Amino acid sequence: MTSLYLLIPLSILLLIAGVGIYFWAVKSGQYDDLDGEAERILFDDDLDESDPEGNDGR
Amino acid sequence: MLCYHCHLPVPPGVDLQVTIRGASQPMCCVGCQAVASAIVDGGLARFYKYRSGQQQRPNADRLDSYAAYDLSAVQEEFVEPLDDEQGTAEVAVELLVEGIGCAACAWLIERHLGRIKGVKKVVVNVTSHRCWVEWDNRQVALSTVLRAMSHIGYRARPAGDEAIREARSRENRRALQRLGVAGIGMMQAGMLAVALYAGAFDDIEPQWRQFLRWVSMAIATPVVSFSAAPFFQTAWRSLKARHLVMDVPVSLAIALAYTASAWATISGTGEVYFDSVSMFTFFLLAGRYLEMRVRHRNELSMEGLGQLLPPVATRVRSAAGGRPGADESVPVKALQPGELVRVAPGDVIPCDGIIRDGISHVVEAVLTGEQQPVRKASGDAVNAGTLNNENPLLIEVRSVGRQTRLSAILRLVQNAQMEKPTQVALADRVAGYFVGFVLVAASGVFLFWWQKAPDHALWVTLSVLVVTCPCALSLATPAVLAVATQQMRKSGLLVGRGHVIGGMGRADRVVFDKTGTLTTGRMSIARVVASGGCSEKEMLAIAATLEAGSRHPIAAAFLGCGQELSATAIDNRIGSGVVGLIDHTRYAIGQASWIGALFGHPIELSVKPASGELWLLLASEAAVLGWIVLRDQLRSDAVTALEELRALGLETELLSGDRPEAVAALAEQLGMDCWRSGASPEQKLAHIRELQSRGHKVLMVGDGINDVPVLGGADVSVAMGEAADVTRLHADSVLMSGQLRTLARAIALARRCGRVIAQNVVWALIYNLLALPLAAMGWIPPWAAALGMSVSSLAVVLNAVRLKHS
Repeated sequence: MTSLYLLIPLSILLLIAGVGIYFWAVKSGQYDDLDGEAERILFDDDLDESDPEGNDGR
Repeated sequence: MLCYHCHLPVPPGVDLQVTIRGASQPMCCVGCQAVASAIVDGGLARFYKYRSGQQQRPNADRLDSYAAYDLSAVQEEFVEPLDDEQGTAEVAVELLVEGIGCAACAWLIERHLGRIKGVKKVVVNVTSHRCWVEWDNRQVALSTVLRAMSHIGYRARPAGDEAIREARSRENRRALQRLGVAGIGMMQAGMLAVALYAGAFDDIEPQWRQFLRWVSMAIATPVVSFSAAPFFQTAWRSLKARHLVMDVPVSLAIALAYTASAWATISGTGEVYFDSVSMFTFFLLAGRYLEMRVRHRNELSMEGLGQLLPPVATRVRSAAGGRPGADESVPVKALQPGELVRVAPGDVIPCDGIIRDGISHVVEAVLTGEQQPVRKASGDAVNAGTLNNENPLLIEVRSVGRQTRLSAILRLVQNAQMEKPTQVALADRVAGYFVGFVLVAASGVFLFWWQKAPDHALWVTLSVLVVTCPCALSLATPAVLAVATQQMRKSGLLVGRGHVIGGMGRADRVVFDKTGTLTTGRMSIARVVASGGCSEKEMLAIAATLEAGSRHPIAAAFLGCGQELSATAIDNRIGSGVVGLIDHTRYAIGQASWIGALFGHPIELSVKPASGELWLLLASEAAVLGWIVLRDQLRSDAVTALEELRALGLETELLSGDRPEAVAALAEQLGMDCWRSGASPEQKLAHIRELQSRGHKVLMVGDGINDVPVLGGADVSVAMGEAADVTRLHADSVLMSGQLRTLARAIALARRCGRVIAQNVVWALIYNLLALPLAAMGWIPPWAAALGMSVSSLAVVLNAVRLKHS
């Protein structure tokens, strides 16, 4: 149980690092457009050359 | 049949198609056809598979001259260099984009622009409708980029309002950071609290209890000092103004709970409430954040519309001796009264002034709503914002900027809006009384326990404050509004201001404008009466060929009727008709009397045209071919829409500037309760004010610039999606889909919304009032308080989400 004296402060350090990264992400504008970015992953970027019409090979 | 691109009905007689993904799809106008072709030709047809939102019909008759944006005088304001070195060619600009309907539009724009040689980076923000473009000035010009955007159907303009955007962006980011810290703190403190609660039941060893308490305090400190800071600031401000807001008991509860818990930790006695404090902060911040998002979205959809004047004008420098000298392009802002400007046909007039040379026709729809061009000659006055249709004009500047008549109309709107009746939200009113009650109750509890058992006094009072903290109450309204706004957006109604949903739910009278609102606002072909010798299709083809070059509103009706023929020697007499040579035969279309005089065979119009109809005669030199009847078509869903509104129990009214016969006929046809004709913008506004003074809550639907003042004065206003920019800017909401039936749906949703908000408020109150006596008895330990708070907040949010499914 005495390991808790080490583990809990360690996890707090991790927390601080996590929050720091979150702050950086917000400041660099990654949370500015929540709608567009969510749908962006659904668009196929590699189909351009082989299938411009988007017919999925039909 | 609906247009595949913009989903608006295809007018009869129009036969345009584009082959998309193997199938031939109908188009409603050359604008949509051009944009769809550009998309397909660019290999981006997948766009139609991805899109989920509304597409706007592109404005085919607007001739945007983007060349002006290449001038360094204009670019100075918007374009920023990416490098600080001298003579750098890498530049960037933030553009405002009109016409974005969903994320697929962003994909399309980024793809299409990204292909242009010289463009380095394109990022589109779907939420704020802005586009960031980085490009190499040496390889490609800004005008090319803007033109490429218009090819795929989006109008873009450099964004100039840096300060407001920066402030809003900062506010959003700050709020997100606070929310993140509160959320993480809540979960960490919660985990530790579970251990402490378990320990409370099971006998935890004192040193672990102390240790865990210290860690909880360390976690809760940034939550209280950073995340909860806005509550303290607002509470302090409102107390100074002698106002009781919800933030007052919130701040009190948070501050007291934290301080008492800190003291308990240091002294090793009593209870700790760190997890409750963090949870509060998080839920309350979440509610505020939702409110802020709705507010920001409102502001975004409202700005960025309304550039009515061109960025540059052609100034004629007067040479010595009083004769006009060379032309130069100058920013419109630099014009001074007394200078001369030259306005080409198709350009917008940049100032108020007097014509010194030239005869032309000017479309003054911006100021009067009238689409018919007005003849202007030397000595006549012209206004800023009107469109020069026919010939070049030389104009002496009289007023610019804020002194123009256009500016005066816009100021009229702003004043109308400031006097608009406001409604205080239900939850805010309840909160006022609730706050007072809670503070009184808490003091009472404290005094009671101070006499009975002073040790417990602080903890019991604290639990009272914690339990009655209006968490659910503060989430009640924003959660519902956020869901409702999103639902409305999906149905095609873009909500622009915060009071729209509440106002719509309370409206009891819907007032419509006529032209452009109930009707489509453009002349379209109603029917063709052939007199023999020519089929209807051939007649339309001839008419379309003759009207091809004209910018008159009548000509727009013939777009898409077949352009295989070509005409020469076209003579366009505005007010009379058009005559031209096709295949060695002279044809004419227009007024019967004029054609009769032209070709030498007198023609009589035997049928009396119904009101609103325009009968055009089509004849060749040899014979009369027949009549083409144009009318301003009623929107296809107008009749159904009005039935639905009546079914909801609303009174409907028609308020128009048009002639009494036309207005009465339409009101009769649609079954409206009353109508008024011949109203000027000022009279329209006065009528609305009169209705409001009688206690009516008015919903106004309009589209014209002349509707702008009345849209500002109504309780809730809706602008049609195809309305002019300045109308959409000043309305409370925009009907993007152009479908009138959306109104009935929106009003039904708004009413449901009002009911759900009331349910939430009632639930939040019941919960607080039940929990209060329990806490006053000292029966609520910290874990129960935390549990009660999360359950009640969850209930409120889930109730709000119910709106999505009904």
